[in-house]
Amino acid sequence: MGMTMTQKILAAHAGADEVRQGDLIEAGLDLLLGNDITTPPAIDCFRESAFGEVFDKDKIVLVPDHFAPNKDIKSAEQCRKMREFAKEQNITHYFEQGREDMGVEHVIIPENGLAKPGNCIIGADSHTCTYGALGAFSTGVGSTDLACAMATGKTWFRVPGAIRVNLTGKLGKYVSGKDVILSLIGRIGVDGALYQSLEFCGEGVAALSMTDRLTICNMAIECGAKNGIFPVDEITLAYVKERVPGYDEDTSWLYPDEDAQYDRELTIDLSSIRPVVAFPHLPSNVRELGSFSRIDIDQVVVGSCTNGRIEDMRKAAAVLKCRRVADGVRAIILPGSQRVYKQALEEGLLAIFVDAGCVVSAPTCGPCLGGYMGVLGKGEKCVSTTNRNFVGRMGHKESEVYLAGVEVAAASAVLGYIGSPDELGNM
Amino acid sequence: MKITGRVIKYGANVDTDVIIPARYLNTSVKEELAKHCMEDLDPDFVNRVKPGDIIVAGPNFGCGSSREHAPVAIKASGIACVIAPSFARIFYRNSINTGLAILECEQAYEGIEDGDEISIDFDTGVITDLTSNLVFRAGAFPAFISEIMKADGLVGYTKKKLQ
Repeated sequence: MGMTMTQKILAAHAGADEVRQGDLIEAGLDLLLGNDITTPPAIDCFRESAFGEVFDKDKIVLVPDHFAPNKDIKSAEQCRKMREFAKEQNITHYFEQGREDMGVEHVIIPENGLAKPGNCIIGADSHTCTYGALGAFSTGVGSTDLACAMATGKTWFRVPGAIRVNLTGKLGKYVSGKDVILSLIGRIGVDGALYQSLEFCGEGVAALSMTDRLTICNMAIECGAKNGIFPVDEITLAYVKERVPGYDEDTSWLYPDEDAQYDRELTIDLSSIRPVVAFPHLPSNVRELGSFSRIDIDQVVVGSCTNGRIEDMRKAAAVLKCRRVADGVRAIILPGSQRVYKQALEEGLLAIFVDAGCVVSAPTCGPCLGGYMGVLGKGEKCVSTTNRNFVGRMGHKESEVYLAGVEVAAASAVLGYIGSPDELGNM
Repeated sequence: MKITGRVIKYGANVDTDVIIPARYLNTSVKEELAKHCMEDLDPDFVNRVKPGDIIVAGPNFGCGSSREHAPVAIKASGIACVIAPSFARIFYRNSINTGLAILECEQAYEGIEDGDEISIDFDTGVITDLTSNLVFRAGAFPAFISEIMKADGLVGYTKKKLQ
């Protein structure tokens, strides 16, 4: 019987010729990830269990990005615990704030060439599913899973079934991968892909940039999916080769079998996707821009592991150039990594943001999860390019988060209400 | 093993941000986390929860973040078991790994009311509502997962394998 692309990768890592939906397998891991929220409990677990040394110092990635640069004393202690563990275990890929290769975990792992097609990756962060954009199997786990996998290099999975998402057409103006994934979540619901893979395929794939694919896979978790995955094509290989010198691994096996069984098939015509906004308090609460009455806002956030890449910065700058953030609105721009920050600096984008009246922050997850650097007060409304809008996600439990793509977020900052770049006058 | 407890009931999609808001994740001390459990969904939860209480909730319980702090906070608050039609997959793993008992049962969610006294037989998966006398049967765990649970969570299981 044929296998899905995810099943093929899992079989290869379990040393099996074939796996079937529902099988419980133990798979070898190519990469393990932890951040400053999830790694400290994993370290406690690792030490209490007297696991000794990590299985492979080159396959563990530790990124203090959530409450770092340290937001308070307790956060500083968590980051210190991580740093000391990394030193003690001689971890190769420990990333320090401010260094050229540092940033938000799911931005820097692809950027530094650490995630590759066909890999099997776990991370103690739910948005680890991002790397499916590169044709990897990649999924989120908890701290205990991370601790045990750091000791053994393996973890258990229940082999998932899959939803096949057939993409056709091309994206239109002011529409991005963010609108694709939000529209899909709106269509199938926040548990629409529970325990399943989302496998994207079809001629529409070739029309999606790597940035769009990363955004789409990043939010696979928001409809409950175990992972999202794209086939490997020229765009993938060009992206990987640019970041992994001498990369020439065989990727010819990375496609689903013709007779692969899917639980469900969906088609998305990319040219029919419009800019959308996910209303509070679920990512599935999606409405098309223009279909709702005026909503005044207090804050805009552009950045995060979902939308913090250089293309996102360019889109925001194109909207904000020679314009001003509306009175009564704070706009916070977070380049996703030091490389993105520097590139944006060199391209003059940061000057555009500052001239427009935006805060430009160091790369951090801070505001996305209501940690710091843009926490919302009671009743405040925020348009954000991040990935979750649950109750209290970005601050007070009576605050509201509206999820959108970069251009809508940037335009809303100027308008003072949720709107489109089309509503801005010519400069 | 059999337990009896009072039910605290919630709806669908109880997410990890309401189970334990990220603003409290600058610690992983379980007693600290328990103080803020369910804070943004049910501020009174921490006052009314008693050791041995059971949460019955709607589908997709624990959706959102990978924070293991969520099942840890629920367990540390005294909750003996969570019953829901389905769990978000990372929460499911984290519960098994950290020893928070969970059961999948759609009928129980439909039939059990807030405040009911229920008993759970973990060996048979039978849930009995002692208030209404209704009986439900939860799905059994795959053998492999039962093995992890028998080893007292993933750490015990891993230690056994490394020996």
